[in-house]
Amino acid sequence: MKAFVEIRGVSKGFASAAGRMNVLEDVNLEVAEGEFVAIVGYSGSGKTTLMSLLAGLLQPDSGSVSVAGKPVLGPGPDRGVVFQNYSLLPWLTVFENIHLAVDQVFAHEPDAARRARTDRYVQLVNLTHAKDRKPGQLSGGMRQRVSVARALAMDPKVLLLDEPLGALDALTRGTLQTEIERIWQADRKTVVMITNDVDEAILLADRIIPLSAGPRATLGPAVSVDIERPRDRKALNHHPEFKHVRSRVIEYLLASSAKRRAARGGQVQPSPVLSAALSRVESGT
Amino acid sequence: MLKIASGRLYKGLLLPLLGIFFVVGLWALTSSTWAPALPSPSRTWEVSRPYILAPFEKRGELDQGILRFTWYSLIRVAKGYSLAILIGTPLGLLLGVSKWFTSSFDPIIQILRPVSPLAWLPLGLVIFQKPEPAGIFTIAMCSMWPTVLNTALGVRSIPQDYLNVARVLQLSRRKTLFRVLLPAALPYMFTGFRLSLGIAWLVIVAAEMLTGAPGVGGFLWQEYNSLIYEHIILCIITIGVVGFALDRVMGLIERRFKTG
Repeated sequence: MKAFVEIRGVSKGFASAAGRMNVLEDVNLEVAEGEFVAIVGYSGSGKTTLMSLLAGLLQPDSGSVSVAGKPVLGPGPDRGVVFQNYSLLPWLTVFENIHLAVDQVFAHEPDAARRARTDRYVQLVNLTHAKDRKPGQLSGGMRQRVSVARALAMDPKVLLLDEPLGALDALTRGTLQTEIERIWQADRKTVVMITNDVDEAILLADRIIPLSAGPRATLGPAVSVDIERPRDRKALNHHPEFKHVRSRVIEYLLASSAKRRAARGGQVQPSPVLSAALSRVESGT
Repeated sequence: MLKIASGRLYKGLLLPLLGIFFVVGLWALTSSTWAPALPSPSRTWEVSRPYILAPFEKRGELDQGILRFTWYSLIRVAKGYSLAILIGTPLGLLLGVSKWFTSSFDPIIQILRPVSPLAWLPLGLVIFQKPEPAGIFTIAMCSMWPTVLNTALGVRSIPQDYLNVARVLQLSRRKTLFRVLLPAALPYMFTGFRLSLGIAWLVIVAAEMLTGAPGVGGFLWQEYNSLIYEHIILCIITIGVVGFALDRVMGLIERRFKTG
């Protein structure tokens, strides 16, 4: 496997009252071109820090991050980020939010071509009817679609999804998962998605990599998801591979959290979505 | 429907009128009992009538209709206020953006901020040697601070997410300023602009009193010296009403820029 996105021996810490604390320690990751990788972990285990390192918004204390063979030294439009809370500019319309990115990345194209490009991405996420609305007039799901369209419109080499659906209700989440899969199928971009929802990861990803409980979180062994696409959410639940993948990911997470708890003598709170999954696994369903 | 309309009429018109009647009554009572030098409401109306009924008439340099005086004052305030905004906004932006700049200049701003217009005016006269620029200087010096502080606050409270977007897109400094920083800080800035205008209008009386320039404040001071106390009250009411109107207009503009 030739690595397109590569993280090598990365550690990142932040100063706290108790001194410097490593959030991530010795993280290694290799993602092939066109691969969809999901990183699953507890809330507060450093998932967003990992994403910021990939985006170049943060620099590692040690180790290196590279994309397409070039080291990541700062943020740039070759890595499209879909932020956890959408990060749309509220004074711009749907069209303008996406166009801001298009204008920046395709500055060499004539004006008409840029507008057509923006329109195409508005269309891609089915928001043509709402293109002149401001984010404040949109539902959470629609905002997230704008955010996805903006990231895709930069035509990035890698798409970074930071808990893209975390703030949405279960129904909207399901719809958008389907939509993300559709868009990815059409485009086959390299995607790194961070999530706390194991089922979502299984539905979308080629490989799932668990992130151990923090602090000093690190990536565990990857689990391949060998389920044919397109994947059907309902059929998925009964797929033998689904149960196998799920229990491997969750067992790793549970073991890492137990180890952490033993080391600290304290409690690590799993996220609501994750704990629901955990209880289902523990009760053997 | 009718009930709602009458309720609004009651709250929006009748109750405020009641409040005004109460205060005017108190004023009448005061002037007829323990403060006989204070002109009564009816006497104030009689003496002020020519100034109100011919509001734009010019009979002499310091004998003009009340709205004409108000106009002079508004022009003066507009000049001082524009200067305050022109200096205050970039100053606020710098304070908001740069920690270095904040550490250097925040203390001196906090010291200059509470200084009264009555203290700035003589200094203005010393610097400019003429009353008119001294007045404008005073208005600017006093009204600048809410704009400075609110602009700085607005820039500081921009969510990191918006700045991250600018960084990921690699927006130029110019584009970051005009597409991200300014729009995000605009609601705060307008709050500053509104407060600044209130202060600018507040200062006008002091500025005109001491310079003797024609305007509401100058008129007020002159009529005090000429013992025509009715006109003092006329000026106070005029200043109050104009100030209220200015605040309302700015409030409307401010609301337009409050983007969710």
